[in-house]
Amino acid sequence: MKQTIRLRVNGDTYEVAVPPWRTLNEVLREDLRLTGTKRGCGDGDCGACTVLLDGRSVTSCLMLAVEAVGHEVTTVEGLATARDALHPVQAEFIAAGAIQCGYCTPGMELSAAYLLSRNPSPTDDEIRRGLSGNLCRCTGYQKIFEAVRRASDRLKGAAPPDAAAGDPAAGGPAGGDPSGGGARP
Amino acid sequence: MSLCKFAYHGPETLDEVLALLAEHGPAARVMAGGTDLVVKMSRGQVAPAVVIGLKRVPGLGDLRFDPVHGLELGCMTRVSDVLEHPAVAAHYPALAEAAQATATVQIRNMATIAGNLCNASPCADNAPTLIARGASVELRSPRGSRTLPLAELFRGPGQTVLAPDELLLCITVPPPRAATGFAYLSLSQRSAVDVSAVGVAAGLTLADGRVAEARIVLGAVAPTPFVATAAADALRGQRPADEAFPAAGDAPAEACSPLGDVRASAGYRRKMVAVLVRRALERATARALADGRARTARPAEVTP
Repeated sequence: MKQTIRLRVNGDTYEVAVPPWRTLNEVLREDLRLTGTKRGCGDGDCGACTVLLDGRSVTSCLMLAVEAVGHEVTTVEGLATARDALHPVQAEFIAAGAIQCGYCTPGMELSAAYLLSRNPSPTDDEIRRGLSGNLCRCTGYQKIFEAVRRASDRLKGAAPPDAAAGDPAAGGPAGGDPSGGGARP
Repeated sequence: MSLCKFAYHGPETLDEVLALLAEHGPAARVMAGGTDLVVKMSRGQVAPAVVIGLKRVPGLGDLRFDPVHGLELGCMTRVSDVLEHPAVAAHYPALAEAAQATATVQIRNMATIAGNLCNASPCADNAPTLIARGASVELRSPRGSRTLPLAELFRGPGQTVLAPDELLLCITVPPPRAATGFAYLSLSQRSAVDVSAVGVAAGLTLADGRVAEARIVLGAVAPTPFVATAAADALRGQRPADEAFPAAGDAPAEACSPLGDVRASAGYRRKMVAVLVRRALERATARALADGRARTARPAEVTP
């Protein structure tokens, strides 16, 4: 029942023999060994398995690998353009301390990159809504929110990235806002 | 947690889809966005021998609008397509509200409106607004084509009138009308992601400052979307007050048949129906008035 398919992932073409019941998540992790993409709930609720398909965020656990044929898949491994040039979202996740256990991080970063690709100047509410399909089991939502705010500022060129680093007030106006505790609106 | 084994077909034309449906019928499941079907398969709730994927058929995802024919959603139109389309924002804001209430960003990028309807969950967010808006669905099979009012698609939880060889090909929503407004409001325990515990679509057309016609459709409070015809008809001839129609939700709250479950008790659902109907009518009224033609509405203009 296996069929040989060609997948485009992070600009590379992979030829893999997969049965049709294998999800994109399984094939990315187990066949292509791209384990940056996590598997969480398997129901599309937690967002740990988020990848971009033709630039749009999708949950790879709910997609058959055979249905990704002909599309461009981007995983967290493909977010940075080079080893020493992290995507602004990744750099700001580090600078803001937005990574705790790290399990949600790849999915969060792809959701953040997707949000900023479509809306470079999101409001606070739009950032929270943009991340509402990603759960952080450490509940570290506030730092994640701040990282996305800073990445947005950096992408707009509003703040020099290094000047903002290390300044806790630079994360934006949400510091003292109790409603800012969760990325889910 | 891996999926059951099945044969996958990825046809490239509608004729091929219909031929596969005719051949495999009851053994097959059609996969649009896959967000419901894959979950059901991974939980072992369904185990189709054949999966027919629609992604490779060109044109099925088209979203078309023109002021004469209205809005047409192909069966592969994604929830995010509806949310992002300027014509929906301009002429069908309640449809955008329902799309926004559906699942998460990632799911909206995969899931289709037609799939949300065909899964026939009583709490499907996109059904009440489309029914209130008078949508119809075209069902296609090798035997021919039939068009039904959307409300007639649903038979019960998870059940539709679709025959094993039929495909829901497209959804048609009538064109916008003057002095008319619709709104969709939903409640869920944990905001955006969770399944709606109550969903209410309401709409009305005003003429000479009075209600000429109204629609109220409830989701998640009956086995299928609940069309509250009597309550809507009772609004006819009424004038929107400051609070629009304070008691308009009382009768539908009584008439619906909600279950109590992990998301909400039956009693809470009833109480929230009363509240949400009132609020949805307020918002619909504001939209109808904002249409600008309400105060000078000519009767000829408000009938389709």
